[in-house]
Amino acid sequence: MTTESATTQGQSDAKTGETLLSVKGMKMYFPVTSGLFVQRKVADVRAVDGISFDVKKGETLGLVGESGCGKSTTGRAILQLHRPTEGSVNFDGTELTELKGAGLRRFRRRMQMIFQDPFSSLNPRMSVAQIISEPLAIHGLYKGAERRDRLDYILNAVGLNPTYARRYPHEFSGGQRQRIGIGRALAVEPDFIVCDEPVSALDVSIQAQVVNLLEDLQTQFDLTYLFIAHDLSVVKHISDRIAVMYLGHIVELAESEELYLNPVHAYTRALLSAIPIPDPIVERDRERIILEGDVPSPLNPPKGCVFRTRCTKKDQCKCSDTVPVLEEVEPGHWVANCSCCMTK
Amino acid sequence: MARLLEVEDLQTYFFTDEGTVRAVDGVSWGIDEGETLALVGESGCGKSVTAMSILRLIPNPPGRIVGGSITFDGLDLLSVSDAEMRAIRGNRIAMIFQEPMTSLNPVLTIGQQIREAVQLHLGMNDDEANQKAVELLQMVGIPEAEQRIQDYPHQFSGGMRQRVMIAMALSCDPKLLIADEPTTALDVTIQAQILEIMANLSSELGTAVLVITHNLGVVARYADRVNVMYAGQIVESGSAVDIFKNPQHAYTRGLMASVPRLDDTEHTRLATIEGQPPLLVQEINGCSFRPRCTRESGCNCSTTKENNPKLVEVEAGHWVADCPCCMTSD
Repeated sequence: MTTESATTQGQSDAKTGETLLSVKGMKMYFPVTSGLFVQRKVADVRAVDGISFDVKKGETLGLVGESGCGKSTTGRAILQLHRPTEGSVNFDGTELTELKGAGLRRFRRRMQMIFQDPFSSLNPRMSVAQIISEPLAIHGLYKGAERRDRLDYILNAVGLNPTYARRYPHEFSGGQRQRIGIGRALAVEPDFIVCDEPVSALDVSIQAQVVNLLEDLQTQFDLTYLFIAHDLSVVKHISDRIAVMYLGHIVELAESEELYLNPVHAYTRALLSAIPIPDPIVERDRERIILEGDVPSPLNPPKGCVFRTRCTKKDQCKCSDTVPVLEEVEPGHWVANCSCCMTK
Repeated sequence: MARLLEVEDLQTYFFTDEGTVRAVDGVSWGIDEGETLALVGESGCGKSVTAMSILRLIPNPPGRIVGGSITFDGLDLLSVSDAEMRAIRGNRIAMIFQEPMTSLNPVLTIGQQIREAVQLHLGMNDDEANQKAVELLQMVGIPEAEQRIQDYPHQFSGGMRQRVMIAMALSCDPKLLIADEPTTALDVTIQAQILEIMANLSSELGTAVLVITHNLGVVARYADRVNVMYAGQIVESGSAVDIFKNPQHAYTRGLMASVPRLDDTEHTRLATIEGQPPLLVQEINGCSFRPRCTRESGCNCSTTKENNPKLVEVEAGHWVADCPCCMTSD
């Protein structure tokens, strides 16, 4: 089975597949305290402000948005690295927000994370063998000689020579360190991996190697991905469906090709037009939508439709009180229903 | 007509304990008045060091320009005095850096920093300089400019700080603007704002722009011509249209094929360039791309330094390093 047909197979499975992860109404607020002797809460950073989405088994759901939109926080809150302030995270039938201690730790085997920075996400005092074996030890998997075999298997799977197992992270390049991080996530045979900006810190030609690796591993090990990144070109390449986030909210959710061909929300359209395409002839004819101003602070987001302050139709906007909700405009294509953001 | 900036066989080396790093190793290129030239390549290819060499900002030790010449508007930049060079920096050649927060002085107001350039180079008094600073902030689209010139850098967002950098750079109406990864640290929608401002202003003022970037999309949108760098040398050079439509060198082709495009309709596996760029402490003889070229076994490139590939013109205005295996298409 060639990789090409395997990927297409994966995409059609995703369309009909069962739901592995279901997030409903999730909020993640971080309190800001102030005071000299007595710390008092003065405000909340509303990093994630009520989002809902599903991830189907075997699919890659892309989560895209700019700094401060809440995408990384979403990934961590799903894995219970931050405990959500509100909302439900249902993983394969189990409500994760109600688990703690040993119960939660058992679930962590099934959901893993790959981090952005290949330099700070590996313990510099642990060898590669120790880094990849640690999760096996924590979950009591592959004892004795089997653990060594498992280590070799994982290193080969991520394209690293098993003889490097005794080396330390500083002896590897950025791309190789990212492979080590992927190997660490794979070691415990997870079902679901949150990839938090896994290629942003890498050079262009190394990015391609790691993206291909992630796709191959998905097919080989039947993985489900939540792929978080700000580079929509990479996200569109690897994802079946994409959710666009802005200031703690999801503004649009659709299949990748549909999102590119028929973006509805004003923010999605601006985001797409801002991404330059490496082709001067195509670029010459593209529409450029330039947004005014900066992203508001999540300490004090605009009331109602959060995109209101940058929308070109802000004078006509009536959405200053009600928070828009996701509405299905076409089958499988959801948009936050602020009427001015939805009209061209 | 002579070009605005002409770089001939530039060599900038860094002398370190681990060996001599040949960061820029024999690079020749030029830029005309008013045009936008992109210098493209990945980390360590020598593009930033080239820019710093033009402005003689290479830290010494450990770095030194060991060979070649840089001619700007008829002046030999490598032989002018330090005082003459200072009169050129910020005035006739200006630079914008990648990290706006670390490039601005955190203890001076924005107004003080903008005024510094115009007072030093154009001899304005305090009132004139203030007026100019306000005009510049308005030009780059910062609202409430009269109040904002009294603010400090930390009171501005990343995108606003980069606009301030652009304002400072253009304050003395330079003939050449060097932008070193000006938007890499910024969000995509802010990147679009900043690049539009730079493009519009440079076109209005007739400023030539040297954009240093690894982002091929930015190059396609804004550059007239492109130089592709690898391991301290230029491997391909031409108009943006030619380079993208008809890339000749294996590295250029590899780079283009490895970047996912937003308008790809079919999911095709990304082509990769196997391996890593070479360590520049080792002297590279012959074609520097050879270890990663898919034609390595068939490569006849001699391994002596005298036979390093040289740029040859393959079509009008389109130059490629003449390693025959790198130039053959697959």
